[in-house]
Amino acid sequence: MNSSTVRRAAIPAAAAVALGLGLSGCGAANEQPANAAGSLSGTLNGAGSSAQQAAQEAWRAGFQTAHPGVTVNYDPVGSGSGVDQFLSGGVPFAGSDAYLTTEEVAKSKKVCGGQTAIEVPDYVSPIAVVYNLSGVQDLQLDPRTLAGIFDGSITTWNDPAIKADNPGANLPAQRITPVHRSDDSGTTENFTDYLSQASQGAWSNPAGETWPVKSGEGAQGTSGVIQAVTNGAGTIGYADASQAGQLSTAKIKVGSQYVGPTADGAAKALDASQPVSGRSAGDMALNLNRTTTAPGAYPLVLVSYLIGCPSYGSAHTGDLVGKYFSYVLSPQGQQAAAKTAGSAPLSSSFSKRAEAQVAKIQ
Amino acid sequence: MSTLSATRSRRVGDRVFSGTTRGAALLILLAMGGVAAFLAVEGIPALGAGPEALGGASGFTSYLWPLIYGTVLAAVIALLIATPLSVGTALVISHYAPRRLSRALGYVVDLLAAIPSVVYGLWGIGFLGVHLAPAYVWLGQHASWIPFFAGPGSTTGRTILTAGIVLAIMVLPIITAIAREIFAQTPTLTQEAALALGATRWEMVRLAVLPPARSGLVSAVMLGLGRALGETMAVAMVLSASGVVTIDLIGNTNPSTIAANIALKFPEATGLGVNALIASGLALFVLTFAVNAAARAIVTRSERKLK
Repeated sequence: MNSSTVRRAAIPAAAAVALGLGLSGCGAANEQPANAAGSLSGTLNGAGSSAQQAAQEAWRAGFQTAHPGVTVNYDPVGSGSGVDQFLSGGVPFAGSDAYLTTEEVAKSKKVCGGQTAIEVPDYVSPIAVVYNLSGVQDLQLDPRTLAGIFDGSITTWNDPAIKADNPGANLPAQRITPVHRSDDSGTTENFTDYLSQASQGAWSNPAGETWPVKSGEGAQGTSGVIQAVTNGAGTIGYADASQAGQLSTAKIKVGSQYVGPTADGAAKALDASQPVSGRSAGDMALNLNRTTTAPGAYPLVLVSYLIGCPSYGSAHTGDLVGKYFSYVLSPQGQQAAAKTAGSAPLSSSFSKRAEAQVAKIQ
Repeated sequence: MSTLSATRSRRVGDRVFSGTTRGAALLILLAMGGVAAFLAVEGIPALGAGPEALGGASGFTSYLWPLIYGTVLAAVIALLIATPLSVGTALVISHYAPRRLSRALGYVVDLLAAIPSVVYGLWGIGFLGVHLAPAYVWLGQHASWIPFFAGPGSTTGRTILTAGIVLAIMVLPIITAIAREIFAQTPTLTQEAALALGATRWEMVRLAVLPPARSGLVSAVMLGLGRALGETMAVAMVLSASGVVTIDLIGNTNPSTIAANIALKFPEATGLGVNALIASGLALFVLTFAVNAAARAIVTRSERKLK
């Protein structure tokens, strides 16, 4: 608790110092006209989504290897806090599991010199429905059944609704223990959003970062959910697909098919989504289409964004942010994240569009 | 002449000493006041907050009440387990065990205090909970007529009872260490007299050790209670918190505690949500204060009665 308070206070301070250093570094660089590509230097600070943490580590390592003079710091303080820090000018970029609200977009003009912030999806991860039920291998669930399990209206594994989704399976008369996140998280937000959009009204609770139902078991963090599901019997939970480990994952019904969590399916779901209307060209915020019936799409995904300014007060910062964002969105960057964080790489058409936007950062 | 300067220098020393001590005492008061003021100023806006900042609760009281309930429940369970264990352990160390063994035992108990609470949390979910789960399921099936075991029992074992047991082990060294010191200071003469008059060891303890140690024991238990009320990490990890109010101790929906709730919700909290968390922190501050004041009152009253 304490340390995180201290961290919150320390980051803007550290960022301010770093920006100061960056500015002075810029001055020095201007004196040497031979500032060729690859001689990028300075410190770049970001903060935000903890879901992106593992991917950011990979990007940071990759970017620093390509540009030895650069130090990239990413503080996984959480999406809300990261966006707050970005909007107050504490950090030049943020990572967030939710796109900026209209209010926040308007606010971003203050730090971005009159222009609105740019947002590009950089991290897409399928969310797996993991379960621990001995004797049942290939569980298939309709979103309506999933909603029933998680809001507590379906309580045993041999419930007719689950039986209807799994005609051949030998389902025991065991009690279901649904496990959810007890801390606020973007994973919960995307899972509840999926349930409320795809369950055809079966999920009557709001979608949000806080788990809305007062039943089921709460566990801290992705690792906590995985541990609770593993340790229990008849347990079911949701977590980043990359963290599912040895646990069985359920297939969810999309259209008339049952689809498992794969990188490919997640990328397809992203391609089937529409941009949020009324945003600037650089703002690639997406309204995820959870009800897509595109074959092979897996709409239970978490999409996380990189948020930055189209132009910064200092050309040096703009250069750093632009180059870093380009690297993150490039095929190498996306592959690096897929390897370390198990995320789904953006489809090439999508990442080209995103790269075109971040190339304009100055 | 020389005596005069000696007194004067002693006076300077006195003045410096009394100044430092007074300063130290004032500093503590200032720190306490500062914390209280910060919590109050930052927390007050939450009183008018709506459901979106309060995790769905309709008002601040309905947001706070389950948290206070859970905090007190977990602490009470911890003390019910830890108090008899600690007093027993302290008695063994001070009056029963041979000197060498008692010293070793004292070290081991002190070591318990040195284990970080994250480690207790890991142990709670990875070992204790897993091993208690079958017992919870059994209790839920066979003893559900007792409201505490209404069940159905948790299959993961991450219940408020498990959290209470983990807390009990965490407060055990605090209570034991103080109780041990207090028992060691009870008057030896009366104890020897009791033994000489033919009292058994237990009668001697009951007549000549426990009564003079009573007020000290109460403060020892209160210190333990303070730790149990404020413990954060272990509870956040072990407890499956859903924010309900229930006396069922073995189910997988449990009330959360104030400290654990702050730790879980703070990283993603924004705006009024932060104020609401700080306001709940103020409530914990007040609760701990009230409990300590009540304990002091009990101690002074029982001391007066003894006289």
